[in-house]
Amino acid sequence: MIDMKKDFGIYSARLLPQEELFTPGHRACQGCGPAVALRLIGKALGRNSVIVNATGCMEIVASPYPHSAWKVPWMHVAFENTAAVASGIEAGIKVLRRKGRHFTDDRKINILALAGDGGTMDIGVQALSGAMERGHDMMYICYDNEAYMNTGIQRSSGTPMGASTTTSPAGKASLGQKTWKKDLPAIMVAHHIPYVATASLAHPFDLYAKVKKGLEIDGPAYVHIFAPCPTGWRCAADMTIRLCEMAVNTGIFPLYEVIDGKYTLSFDPGELAPIKEYVRLQGRFRHLPDEEVERLQERIHENFYDLRTMIQCQGR
Amino acid sequence: MSAKWPTWKELPLGATILEPGNASEYHTGEWRSMRPKTDENVCITCGVCWLFCPDSSRKLAPRQKKHPESPYMQYYDFDFNYCKGCGICARECPTGAIVMVAEEG
Amino acid sequence: MAARGKRVGMEVSIAVAEAVKYSDADVIAAYPITPQTHIVEHLAEIVADGELDAEYIPVESEHSAMSACVGSSAAGARTFTATSSQGLALMHEILFIASGLRTPMVMSVVNRSLSAPLSIWGDHTDIMAERDIGWIQFFAENGQEAFDLVIQAFRVSEHRDVLLPAIVNLDGFNLSHVIEPIVLPKIQKVRDFIPPYEPVYRVDPDKPLCFGPVGIPEIYTEAHMQQNEALKDSKTVILEVWEEFAKKFGRRYRPVEGYRARGAEVLLVTQGGISETARIAVDRMREQGRKVGLIRIRLWRPFPFDEFYEAVGKAKVLVVVDRAISMGGIGGPLAAELRTALYHRDPRPHVVNFIGGLAGRDIRAVHFEEMTNKAIAYAESDSVPIYEMFGVRE
Repeated sequence: MIDMKKDFGIYSARLLPQEELFTPGHRACQGCGPAVALRLIGKALGRNSVIVNATGCMEIVASPYPHSAWKVPWMHVAFENTAAVASGIEAGIKVLRRKGRHFTDDRKINILALAGDGGTMDIGVQALSGAMERGHDMMYICYDNEAYMNTGIQRSSGTPMGASTTTSPAGKASLGQKTWKKDLPAIMVAHHIPYVATASLAHPFDLYAKVKKGLEIDGPAYVHIFAPCPTGWRCAADMTIRLCEMAVNTGIFPLYEVIDGKYTLSFDPGELAPIKEYVRLQGRFRHLPDEEVERLQERIHENFYDLRTMIQCQGR
Repeated sequence: MSAKWPTWKELPLGATILEPGNASEYHTGEWRSMRPKTDENVCITCGVCWLFCPDSSRKLAPRQKKHPESPYMQYYDFDFNYCKGCGICARECPTGAIVMVAEEG
Repeated sequence: MAARGKRVGMEVSIAVAEAVKYSDADVIAAYPITPQTHIVEHLAEIVADGELDAEYIPVESEHSAMSACVGSSAAGARTFTATSSQGLALMHEILFIASGLRTPMVMSVVNRSLSAPLSIWGDHTDIMAERDIGWIQFFAENGQEAFDLVIQAFRVSEHRDVLLPAIVNLDGFNLSHVIEPIVLPKIQKVRDFIPPYEPVYRVDPDKPLCFGPVGIPEIYTEAHMQQNEALKDSKTVILEVWEEFAKKFGRRYRPVEGYRARGAEVLLVTQGGISETARIAVDRMREQGRKVGLIRIRLWRPFPFDEFYEAVGKAKVLVVVDRAISMGGIGGPLAAELRTALYHRDPRPHVVNFIGGLAGRDIRAVHFEEMTNKAIAYAESDSVPIYEMFGVRE
């Protein structure tokens, strides 16, 4: 567990860096979860950073010509290659520094690859896997709003089972998304990278600390941020943070860190809350009958208990 | 946007944007239909509204709240240039000091 | 002009890798594919032995190779990659982005056919599918060219007035895997020839910029105009670099090379390694008293219109040999390009297009003679087909 006060001296909003590296004026929807995430990420990054951003909501809203919402160097290349571009920048900076050509002071330049669940878990998986396996000194953050939101709410492998999206719609013959949400953090752990973490907007200091920790580590780091999208989830625009808290308290989105392969729960909700309230607040689940919600809850709770047990049984 | 668009010779190479963070020239506040209102008697200046605003529409104000035990309680002002009226601040405020009211005009 | 340097017999792939070392590349991001493998293998050796101080990124696909190259170039590093065939095709979307973002780099494409059916053998199908990407493109005819062009390509690509990525094409197997004599200059002389890369815009926290924004309709046209003009204007820089290269290294390069072309009535037109075979055919036909010559297009993009017109001169028939086909349409890409270039000229020669040498099928000197005879017959009957597949078993 992270001791915010001890490790980072942060226990109040006032103590976070006040500067907004992700500026207002971006074109995100009202109540946008990923936008909150980006603001907090910006505070953890600091100015000595380079961001590579995949095509997606956060890229589009932050870079409509002639406007840029980022005060740090930022690059958008394509949808699925964020991690590969970041690898190239990391190698370029490293060799230019070594050969004495540029970047010749010894300050650390944070390299951040930023993508949504689509650009990470689906089309971006290959590049991400390659970059993590090669061990580049970079961080990859996935802001997970559980669908391809930028193109109009199509399903991704991050879409939870039972959610209705335009390509996994609920209908007379379907209950929405048929498959379980892909566990990308587990895939990242399987790459033996030094730092993997999950974070939620409702736990902002924890999120800030995890990004900071991952940046400080030598080698690849991965943080998966749960970031609701009111537009795509069909919920009220002011519920963004509430839904994050519910997702953590119900076990839908467990908060943990994996440091050198060892798991720690960042927050144990104790007895898991029922998921009904969470589900009924979102239009994308509106079609689900109560029995289906029960079934989903069973699996979610099972998964969380398995995780908790696994953590308790770790040898080290 | 009434900016003059560049000619093909004036455009920076690769359409690179040379002014980082200039998105703040665009006032997204014009989108809103509801606006937040703070009751400063109830506000405890915790900063949660600042923390969770997707559009950085709260900033530290020069005004301080008088409190016998804490000299550090500074209020937050709204930046209505950018506030989109999502209501997250009202929802998250721990003391209920913020309410959403209809935007006039 | 006397060639200066040590003459060494080496496999052309190895020579290409050596050229990258001579050019003091900073980052190499590459994925292996036949017949490019020897280039990337030798580069890995060079870096592992400390002969070249570079970051070698063993990426997990060609798409990632090109992506990493864009990133590395944006950081201001001298960047190289190599590929062929399916790998080049896999890079396709990023190729447009690399030139659109003005990230200089050099890529050696070892030309190989495209699946299906699967083929590892050489032809120009892979590169002809990439005519529109906005890159500078050269065709090497022999090992020395493959070596020299890489060095020149770094210089041109990184030039302030150019800042466009460049491709050096060499034939798969016929060139990449043969041992040829390569004149190797002194390494320091090459490094002095290519000044350090100083980007106009760089990914740098000291000067934050936003690369790759959304190109809204109000500016996209202007961005494309700018890029196209830069590609067209790069010819000026290419000619300057070739002029200086001739003075310093003793080998002169031109956008279009002629062989016994002056005064020829019939001209063979080729690209790449088959040009050398074509020369043998030209010699034979000249011995028979026929006024046949050869021109080969070394600079493919930007297309050298003026030099091409000059090389064509008053020839009446062009026998264009393509090693790729644009299915269901214009046939040979090279011939189609030349026809378009010649359309408004008066008089203009007949352009007879043969497509052959696909996927490693041999084109021999006698084939060139057959094509020439056929072409003349077509021209005389005044009914030239748009294109014809050569050497197909019927």
